[in-house]
Parts: sequence; structure tokens; C-alpha cells
Amino acid sequence: MIDVLYFAWLRERIGVPREKVETDAATVQDLIAELSAREERYALAFSDLASLRVAVDQELADFDAPLAGVREVAFFPPMTGG
Amino acid sequence: MRIVVQAKPFDLGAEANDFAKGVAGAGAVVTFTGIVRDTAQRDLEVMEIEHYPGMTERALTTIAEEAMARWSLADCLVIHRYGRLQAADPIMMVATAARHRADAFAAAEFLMDYLKSRAPFWKKEITQSGADWVAARDEDEAALKRW
Repeated sequence: MIDVLYFAWLRERIGVPREKVETDAATVQDLIAELSAREERYALAFSDLASLRVAVDQELADFDAPLAGVREVAFFPPMTGG
Repeated sequence: MRIVVQAKPFDLGAEANDFAKGVAGAGAVVTFTGIVRDTAQRDLEVMEIEHYPGMTERALTTIAEEAMARWSLADCLVIHRYGRLQAADPIMMVATAARHRADAFAAAEFLMDYLKSRAPFWKKEITQSGADWVAARDEDEAALKRW
């Protein structure tokens, strides 16, 4: 079970800020494929990965990052603080 | 080193004074403040800032620790707000203290460059004509390369 979090416009498109996902996905990329196959709103939200960033257990990561032992994955657009 | 992530406003003058008093041996203190911008063309009503509780504090701490080590700072401070802000409200500030000004300026710029693109904050502008998420700028990502 992984906690999956969404922020900013991604949260709005998917419709929830976080959810628990039962998955055997080996990598972030695999998790995205699983979610996208589930429902159209995920497929649409994840259609352009170049416009998204991912954090694995609260550290920025690449889309090929492994998920073994991971508790939390967050997806969001490029950050705009400051 | 102090990292603050809060919804409530902060007092820029009081924060700068407290910071400067705590680093009497440093010689140079630099502060930067980011303000909610408005232009006559768009009539900003509210800026909403979303963040990722937990990761935000971790990311800011990592960035500040790197600045402290790289420029041998006497101290540094980062305050960043989230929630609903109005035009002209302070959004965030950084302060750095070093023996000489070059290090204090460089460290403040480094903190700002990294904070903009590596700390998980997102801005949404609500105007009379609608609401839009602020897009990240290529220049902000490119700015990291100079460090």
C-alpha cells in the first residue's frame, strides 16, 4: 500500500489530494501506467510527464525510481515558490 | 538556522532586526523579500499558495544547510507563507549573515534560486477573469546551473 499525493492542478484534475493505492508497481513509471489504465481522469492528468515532477518519500526523484519499501509518492507540476 | 513555513503574516522589520541581533560577529546581513505582485491589467484578488507539508520543511532545510556550509554563514533564515494572500503581502523572506557581504549576497541568491524550483510550493492567481496556476519559468530552472 502506497500513499499517493497530488498537488496543484494535478490535484484538481484527479479530484483528490491523496489516496491509498494497492500496487505491486516496481517503479514510479509503472505506478503511473497502472493509474492511467484505471480511469480516464488519471490518463489525462498523466498524459504529459514532461510537465510533471515526482517525489518519493518526500525527496524529488526520477520517473524510473524504484518503489520497493516506499511509503509515499507525490505528483505535482514544476514548483513555483518564492 | 531557522526555517519557518506558516499561513500567518510575518513582520519583515521585526524578523530582520531579530536576525541581525543574533549574529553580532558576522559583519554582513542580507535580506530578500518576495511580495505578491499585481498589475493594473489583471486585478489580482487573491494569491493562493499550496505546499506539501513535510517535504516543504525538509527541502528548505536541505537548501539552507547547503548554503550554510558553502558560504560559511553565521546564520540563515527562511520564512515562507502558504494559504490566501493579497496583493502587496509579503510571501517569503530569506536572510543570510556572513563575515563579508559577497558571501551573504551569494548565499541569499542561492537560497532564492533553489527555493523557487526545488521547494514544493505552487501559486494560483485568482483574478476577476478567473483562476490560473502560475507556470514555472524556464529561466528559474536555468538559474540553478550557475551554482
